[in-house]
Amino acid sequence: MLNTLLEALSLVSHLDNQVVAIVWLSFKVALATVTLATLIGLPLGALVAVASFPGRGAVTVFLNAMMGLPSVVVGVIVYLFLSRSGPFGDMGLLYSPTAMVMAQTVLVVPLIAALTRQIVEDAWRVYATEFRSMHFTLRHSVVALLYDCRYSLVVAVLAGTGRSLSEVGAVMIVGGNIEGYTRVMTTAIALETAKGDLPLSLALGMVLLTVVLLLNTGAYHLRLWAMRKYG
Amino acid sequence: MFPISLSNIRFTPDGRTVLTGVDLDIDVDGITVIIGPNGAGKTVLLRIMAGLQTPHDGAISWNGDKTPAPGIAMVFQHPVLLRSSVFHNAGLGLKPFGLSRAEAKRRTMQTLERVGLAHRAEDSARLLSGGERQRLALARAWAMRPKLLLLDEPTAALDPSATDVVEGLVREIRTDGTRIVMTTHNLGQAMRISDDIVFLANGRVIERAPTSRFFARPQSTEAKLFIQGELPWRISFDN
Amino acid sequence: MANFFRQLTIFLCVMLMAGIARADESIVVSSTTSTEQSGLFGHILPIFEAKTGIKVKVVALGTGQALDTARRGDADVVFVHDRPAEDKFVAEGWGVERRDVMYNDFVIVGPKTDASKVKGTPDVVEGFRRIAAGSAPFISRGDKSGTNAAELRFWKEANIDPKAWAGYKEAGAGMGPTLNMAAAMSGYTLADRGTWLSFKNRQDLEIVLAGDKRLFNPYGVMLVNPAKYPHVKKEAGMKFIDWITSREGQESIAAYKINGEQLFFPSAKN
Repeated sequence: MLNTLLEALSLVSHLDNQVVAIVWLSFKVALATVTLATLIGLPLGALVAVASFPGRGAVTVFLNAMMGLPSVVVGVIVYLFLSRSGPFGDMGLLYSPTAMVMAQTVLVVPLIAALTRQIVEDAWRVYATEFRSMHFTLRHSVVALLYDCRYSLVVAVLAGTGRSLSEVGAVMIVGGNIEGYTRVMTTAIALETAKGDLPLSLALGMVLLTVVLLLNTGAYHLRLWAMRKYG
Repeated sequence: MFPISLSNIRFTPDGRTVLTGVDLDIDVDGITVIIGPNGAGKTVLLRIMAGLQTPHDGAISWNGDKTPAPGIAMVFQHPVLLRSSVFHNAGLGLKPFGLSRAEAKRRTMQTLERVGLAHRAEDSARLLSGGERQRLALARAWAMRPKLLLLDEPTAALDPSATDVVEGLVREIRTDGTRIVMTTHNLGQAMRISDDIVFLANGRVIERAPTSRFFARPQSTEAKLFIQGELPWRISFDN
Repeated sequence: MANFFRQLTIFLCVMLMAGIARADESIVVSSTTSTEQSGLFGHILPIFEAKTGIKVKVVALGTGQALDTARRGDADVVFVHDRPAEDKFVAEGWGVERRDVMYNDFVIVGPKTDASKVKGTPDVVEGFRRIAAGSAPFISRGDKSGTNAAELRFWKEANIDPKAWAGYKEAGAGMGPTLNMAAAMSGYTLADRGTWLSFKNRQDLEIVLAGDKRLFNPYGVMLVNPAKYPHVKKEAGMKFIDWITSREGQESIAAYKINGEQLFFPSAKN
C-alpha cells in the first residue's frame, strides 16, 4: 500500500505528455459539458421553481430523482441513440468527445436543474410578492432570481463539474476509451486498474482529486468574497 | 385608474375575519393615510388595492375595470433588495417597461439623485443602512412613475431623522403627481403628511375624514380612544 | 455585464465544440481487451498510422461485445479471437474479408501454493477437473469474451457444469479485473498470455498450466460488411487489414515483447 502510494507520487511529479493529454481532454469535456448543462439547467431549474403549471410537483420529483441517475444507464441510452443503427446514427458521433459531452450533458443537466430549483425556489418565496407588485413576467422573475442567487448557484455548477470530471460509466460507453482520442482521466484509471497498474491509476486519481479540490477551494473563496460584498 | 372603488370587501383567510364590509373610494389626488390598531387589516387593504390579494367577497374596480391598471407601485414594510448594486435594484421595476438601456439608466440615476443615493449607485444594496434601504425601495417604486403608490409602514423601523427624510420624499413624490395611500402606526406622521385619514378597526372602516377634522373632532368612540391612547406617546417619541 | 457573460459562454462553447470535433481520416476498430491491455496496439498502431496517415481508434471490449458493436454498425473493422463466433459473424453477412492475423495461447493462472494441484498435469481438461474438485475458487470472465468462450468449451469437455459448483465466480469483467480478483481471492483463472505478461498486480499468481495444444488462441480480423452499413470506411479499413496481414505488419507483431518474451505469433497466410 505504502509502496504503491510512493510510486504514484513519483509518477505525478514527472507527468508525461500522454498523461497531460488525458488530463487536458478531461478538462475540455468537463468544460463543454458544464457550459452546456449550465445554459440549459439554470433556466430550466429556475422555471420549475417559479412557474406554476400542472404536474410541477411531478417534474420536481423527476428532477430530484434524476440527480441519482446511474451514469451507465445514460451511457447506454445515449449509445443507442448515437449508434449507427440508432436514430442519430447518420451523424457518426459515437466514440467521439462530442458524444461524451452529449452523454454527460444529459447526466449533468438534471443535477444542475434540481439544485437550481431548490435554491431559486427558496429565493422566490422571499421575492414573489414584490416581483408581482412590479408586474414581472415569468422571464423577468427568472432572470432576476438567477442573478440574485448567482453565488449560491456556483455550488450547483460546481456539483455538475464534479460529476462530469469524476463520471466514468457514460464516457466509457459512448467514448470507447480510445487512446489519444476519447481517453479521459476516469476511463484511464479504469483501464490502468484493469491492467493491474495500481500506481498509475492512483497517480491519475490524485490529479483528479487535486483538480476537484482546487475548484472547490476557488468556489468557497468566491462565496466568501460575495458574502462580504453583497451581504 | 381612478377612482378606485372598494365595495363591501370581505377578507377572511382561514375563517379569520381581517376585513369585513369595507367600502372605500380613492380619488385622483392627495395622500391618504390608513391608521388603526395592530391587526386592523391595514396591510391587507393596501395589497387588495394593488391587486396582489383577492378579497373573498365584495368588489374592487379601478375606474370601472376589474383588473388593476398598470401604474400601481407598492413599497412593502420590509422591502427585499436583490444581492446586487443600488443602481440595479433601483432600476428593477423598469424591467417590464421595455425601455431602452440608456433611457432606463437615465431614469434610474435621476431617481437615485432625488432620493440622495446617486453617489452610492455602485455599492451593494444589502449593505445600506435602514434609512437608505427604505429610500432605495422608494426610488425603485418612484422610477416606475406610478400613478398610485402604496406604502406599507414606510418608516416603521427608522429613527426620527431618517423618518423625516422619507416623509420629505413622500411629499415630493406626491407633488410629482402620484396618488399616495399609506399605512402608519405613527399618528404624528399621519397628521403631518396626510390630506385625509381612513380609520380602520376590527376589519371595518370606522371613519374617513379630512386630516384636520379627524384629529380635531373624531366622530366615533373608537377613534377618540385611539387618538387619546396613542397620540401623546407617539409625539414624544418623535421629538 | 450579463450580456458580456452570455457572449463569452457562447464563444467558449463554439470554440470547444469546434476544437473537439476535429476530423482526421480514421477508422474504428472494435477489438478485445487482450490486444489493448497487452500493449500490442500501442506498439503496432503508430507504425501503421505513420505509414498511411489513417488514425486507428481502438474500442476495446470482450470479443462478444466487439462483434455486437460491429453488428450495430459502430465499427469499421473487427479484430477478435473466437473462431466459431467469427465464422458465425461472417456467415450471417455482418463481416467480410476475414483473415487470420496471429495467435497466442491461453494459460491457467493460479496461486503459487497451487492448492488444487493443477501443476501436475499438462492436460488442460484435466486441469479444469482438478480445479473443480479443489476448494480454491475459479474466476470466470463471464463476459462473453473470446477467453470466456474458450473457458466454457473446456468445462464442457470436462463434463462439468461450473455453475453448479460453489467455487465458480463470474466477474463479468475484462481480463485485467478478472486477474485482479483471482489475485485477491487466491483463485484460478484462464488468461490469455498477452494480458498476463503485461499484468502488473500479480501478487501470488503464477502460470500453473500452459502448452496444451487446445490452449491455442487464434486472432482474426475482418471488415464490417459495407453492403450492410454504407458508412463503413471500406478503403481505410481494408488498408488496415491488408497491412496487418502484410509482411511488415506481421513482423511488427512478432517484434512486440515484454521482458524479452514474445506475446503474439504471426499466422497470416500471405
